[in-house]
Amino acid sequence: MAIEPITKVTGTAIHVPGSDIDTDRIIPARFMKCVTFDGLGEFAFYDVRFDPVTGEKTDHPLNDSRFDAATIMLTGINFGCGSSREHAPQSLAKYGFKAIVAESYAEIFFGNSTTLGMPCVIAKKEDLDPLKAAVEADPSLEVSIDLEALTVSGGDITIPVTIPDSARQALTSGKYDPIAELLENKEKIEATAANLAYVE
Amino acid sequence: MGKTLYQKVWDAHSVGTLSDGRTQLFIGTHLIHEVTSPQAFGMIRDLGLTVKYPKRTFATIDHIVPTENQDQPADPLAAEMIDAIRSNCDDFGVTYFDLKSGKQGIVHVVGPEQGITQPGSTIACGDSHTATHGAFGAIAFGIGTTQVRDVLATQTMAMEKLKVRRIEVNGKLRPGVYAKDVTLHIIRLLGAKGGIGYAYEYAGDTFDNFTMEERMTVCNMAIEGGARCGYVNPDETTFEFLKGRPYSPTGAEWDAAVERWKSFASDADAEFDDIVKINAEDIEPTVTWGISPDHGISISENIPSSADTDDAEEKITIDEALAYMKLPAGTPIKGIPIDVAFIGSCTNGRLSDFRETAKFLKGKKVAAGIKAIAVPGSQITAIQCEKEGIDKVFEEAGFEWRAAGCSMCLAMNPDKLIGDQICASSSNRNFKGRQGSPIGRTVLMSPVMVAAAAVEGKIADARETFDVEDPAAVA
Repeated sequence: MAIEPITKVTGTAIHVPGSDIDTDRIIPARFMKCVTFDGLGEFAFYDVRFDPVTGEKTDHPLNDSRFDAATIMLTGINFGCGSSREHAPQSLAKYGFKAIVAESYAEIFFGNSTTLGMPCVIAKKEDLDPLKAAVEADPSLEVSIDLEALTVSGGDITIPVTIPDSARQALTSGKYDPIAELLENKEKIEATAANLAYVE
Repeated sequence: MGKTLYQKVWDAHSVGTLSDGRTQLFIGTHLIHEVTSPQAFGMIRDLGLTVKYPKRTFATIDHIVPTENQDQPADPLAAEMIDAIRSNCDDFGVTYFDLKSGKQGIVHVVGPEQGITQPGSTIACGDSHTATHGAFGAIAFGIGTTQVRDVLATQTMAMEKLKVRRIEVNGKLRPGVYAKDVTLHIIRLLGAKGGIGYAYEYAGDTFDNFTMEERMTVCNMAIEGGARCGYVNPDETTFEFLKGRPYSPTGAEWDAAVERWKSFASDADAEFDDIVKINAEDIEPTVTWGISPDHGISISENIPSSADTDDAEEKITIDEALAYMKLPAGTPIKGIPIDVAFIGSCTNGRLSDFRETAKFLKGKKVAAGIKAIAVPGSQITAIQCEKEGIDKVFEEAGFEWRAAGCSMCLAMNPDKLIGDQICASSSNRNFKGRQGSPIGRTVLMSPVMVAAAAVEGKIADARETFDVEDPAAVA
């Protein structure tokens, strides 16, 4: 179950403005009626991309064809709050996103995204704002997230970012899906269980 | 220096440290439901794995269950999900409280009801409201589907340790103020992201005096304040609740369990990363006005206006929320007309919620044109309410009395808002589109406040609607 380390994500970016963007907004609950994650990509941000009354496309940034090729999302505070649904990062990944740069994340979303190999790095607002402006001015700007240098750069802008060290380690060592390592510790798991009175 | 409950439970369940620095944490109790588990079972099969401790996973079905007729899946997709959880549980030997069991319900109601939720344990579920179980002094948190896979396959998961913030509420709640108001008040004070990185320890004499159901209501919404888990230290109230439940220990094992459970409570000299103190008397009946659970105000306040703040970001947030909610800035929240009233959910769908609301609803009528539904959180809750005649009180008042499920809290079933209907709701999230219509509007409040809104046809102060200050009405 070897997986490729992720040290760098490069691509064009899109700015999706807003704070407290919850996972219901990222993937409305009705699209979770499914037994696989396949096909969730087309429903990412569905109810803000399409006018609920007319069905017409809204002015949401994801509807702006200049950003169709974007693989990096720049956004605000507490991104991915609310429901624990992994359908949210799954839909973003299947839509084509490979990484996110935000001011902060809800924890469950962050963990789910890391496990999928979609790095979520944290930037300060004052650093992120000029990058957002540069991306909006030039949708073809190549943006690069470097998980070793802990920077995000685009054009002549390079900003510092952070990410919890465990997530950085997991991504850069190709161990972001922990299942292999969890399975390896079978004896330690059983020893722990044996010490818990409520576990048979 | 003493330890917190969080630290003690963490230590007892730590398997080791993973190469990325995270802890491999043993999950003593795993709860699953139909929405976030089928993909996890699919992954297990794809990897050629099996369920390591099938007796430590418990399943039920809640999100997609129709509440008018539980046996009629709404559509082929819902039917497929129901079939999937049944066959997955059968294939791997997992206990499944299905619709025919008489024990089905919202997973966070079923766990405590069955005595599966126990102090000093770790509990994970692919659902963010798993924090509910923290009311028993468990460390309980929501996980993603890939982590559901990890727990199924290994009974462990990779986890980063949290800091602990103690939130102390002391004093007596005023009449007409409920646990729901306490949790909305805390979220209002600390913000929707205030709890990121923290577990919340809820303490103080208000919590000491709370019933288990009240504690569950507060812990349930820890995640709405950004905290992945929240807990209350176990005490006699906890043990009293658990005694005699189907999965509770019995005989000598019971006595040993109680001693063990007590030992997990935070030590008197435990140190916390942060402490917040709140006076119970300061808490008013609280309602939300916007699109985030931290958009709360007391019933006597005005809807905020972006003119009230100099913070540019906050101005944008307020304007966006008010535009979505179609509410007038700077005017009283009281009196805003509603279309729908919903009592239920893992936050407020328990026996005490219906008992308390029925006391006030008796002899009252839901206002003309209001759709009002009451949805018990479990089949057992429904049966008990029906034994006590509570269903009749709701029905005579004009509520529809439904069968157990998540219902209109998230609308993955036929119970949904239509168009831009506005709903007085005892649920936990007022996000855009949360209740099933992309332009539907949610106002969160306690069940008694929902009943008051239903009776008046508008957002109301239940203390006025039901003359709560009058001792005769309260008795």
